Amino acid sequence: MTTVMEKKTETGRLVPGTPLLEVRDLHVEFKTRDGIAKAVNGVNYSVAAGETLAVLGESGSGKSVTAQTIMGILDMPPGRVASGEILFRGQDMLKMSGEERRQIRGQKIAMIFQDALSSLNPVLSVGYQLGEMFRVHRGASRKEAKAKAIELMDRVRIPAAAQRVGDYPHQFSGGMRQRIMIAMALALEPDLIIADEPTTALDVTVQAQVMDLLAELQAEYHMGLILITHDLGVVADVADKIAVMYAGRIVETAPVHQLYANPAHPYTKGLLRSIPRLDQKGEELYAIKGLPPNLLKVPAGCAFNPRCDAATDLCRTETPALHQVMDKDGAELAGRRSACHLWKETLHG
Amino acid sequence: MGRFVARRLLQMIPVFLGTTALIFFMVHVLPGDPVAAMWGDKAADPAQLAAKRHQLGLDQPLLQQYVTYMGHLLTGDFGTTMGQRKVIDVISAAMPVTVRLTLMAFGVEVVFGVLIGLFAGLRRGKAFDKGTLVITLLLISIPVPVLGFLFQTVFADQLKLVTPTVQDSMNFGQLLLPAVVLGSLSLAYVARLTRTSIVENVRADYMRTAVAKGLPRRRVIGTHLLRNSMIPVITFLGTDLGALMGGAIVTESIFNVKGVGNAMYHAINQSDGATVSGFVAVLVLVFLAASLIVDLLYAVLDPRIRYA
Repeated sequence: MTTVMEKKTETGRLVPGTPLLEVRDLHVEFKTRDGIAKAVNGVNYSVAAGETLAVLGESGSGKSVTAQTIMGILDMPPGRVASGEILFRGQDMLKMSGEERRQIRGQKIAMIFQDALSSLNPVLSVGYQLGEMFRVHRGASRKEAKAKAIELMDRVRIPAAAQRVGDYPHQFSGGMRQRIMIAMALALEPDLIIADEPTTALDVTVQAQVMDLLAELQAEYHMGLILITHDLGVVADVADKIAVMYAGRIVETAPVHQLYANPAHPYTKGLLRSIPRLDQKGEELYAIKGLPPNLLKVPAGCAFNPRCDAATDLCRTETPALHQVMDKDGAELAGRRSACHLWKETLHG
Repeated sequence: MGRFVARRLLQMIPVFLGTTALIFFMVHVLPGDPVAAMWGDKAADPAQLAAKRHQLGLDQPLLQQYVTYMGHLLTGDFGTTMGQRKVIDVISAAMPVTVRLTLMAFGVEVVFGVLIGLFAGLRRGKAFDKGTLVITLLLISIPVPVLGFLFQTVFADQLKLVTPTVQDSMNFGQLLLPAVVLGSLSLAYVARLTRTSIVENVRADYMRTAVAKGLPRRRVIGTHLLRNSMIPVITFLGTDLGALMGGAIVTESIFNVKGVGNAMYHAINQSDGATVSGFVAVLVLVFLAASLIVDLLYAVLDPRIRYA
């Protein structure tokens, strides 16, 4: 295999442990007819090279808005970044010029979207859309771009790539289309890939294939990966750490297996309980009561308090900080934080 | 694709026969006797009239006349006018003028319509967009003769930039004003259609992908947005090309352009069936060819459409 498959040079690598991307206290608002909707309220997270961060949350929790803000593809207006920093390799992208950000998009940070059919241009061949990356960013000729496109399609295991390079998106199956989206994101070997619900629109059997492929390529290229999903099942196998979002805030972060075994926030606990399990056959499925809050009118105190069984008066008045979570002996659990006043009771009780 | 073209070409035959037959019979039922009109105010000898009728084949049954006419048409013989000129000569004198006028109007319509629509669509809700919507609505509401006289008054009488009517029908400069008048209605439609299409497509998911790929704005708009937005516009333009040639009749008479419209007007006045039918036959062919080209272009623009 040629250049696309070559490993990155050492100079391009980061010191292990240094975050590739760091989001600091990000606030994003939308101006609507009824007032200002606070979609993202102080989100903090970071991803290192080779690491996978899963961002979990319901629709409207702000997970996609955060991703679009990182990518610089948020519709502005009505969207607006109220405050915060997005550091890529230590540089605040929110302070960069439009041209500097464009140079990062696609080359350094790439994105995979949920619905590959509508996300690919219906009137351009997939080969053209893949090759465009090389033509625009690398000055490749049409012929070179086509060769690269075939190589990429091979890489994401699309059968008969050389014959199918001229086909159009509607001529592929859903799984194949998502592979093309992945290939497009990988084209210029970015440092970070943001995958916004990459498997939601796919059949369950195809979901696993696409997820495995993504995880495999990520490991091979040593990329950071932000995996946005509402599906707890997708996350378990591939993620290193999880950030759970609720009403535009991160409510819990933890290494993936610790979160599954022992959640430290009532919302996470509720999410985990609501997964259907075979041993509960015949029993009623658990559902968190109530609905996610209206972003125009987020409840005072903890945004989750109206839906929480354990809520106290404190929860209704004071917004909880993102507490460091400790084990029973008072030792800090690395990477574990919970935005719950009652994290101790939730975790140990 | 080949089969599609073949089928479309075959479909043209009944359409062509139908339209020419319709016109042929309609000219026949027009009031007035074309043969008697040849003698003007003088009373003609009935024997002379009958002889003339027989010479022109007008004494035969109408259906017979039509079959004879079509038979001649197939061999390229368009017949003669009442004034004993060859119809083909009249057509070949008038056609280049109208084609020139139509193409100029079409060019104005495409270039300005698409550009205005594009900018209005990209600046949705801003002053330029609102202005475009108001002005195009105004253009659509004004009848062509009114617009023609308005243009004559402003550009010829007031500003003295051009002569009010066309002196030389083959002069591009003189045809410009009629071309703008002819194209203005379609220009308004094209601008509105383009604007709507742009507004719809600019928020599409694939546009977000194009931006996320780090493509420069010019490429995002020029390649990704315009390719998709032009599909409905091209459909309109195809049918409009034929409509423009027909619509030129009114514009030509306002500006005294010696084109198809002018010739047809005189032919209809004289109940000159052969001339009218000849022009219609040519116009129908142009119209059918234009719509076939558009359908083929459509498949090129939108690969989701497959012809079998």
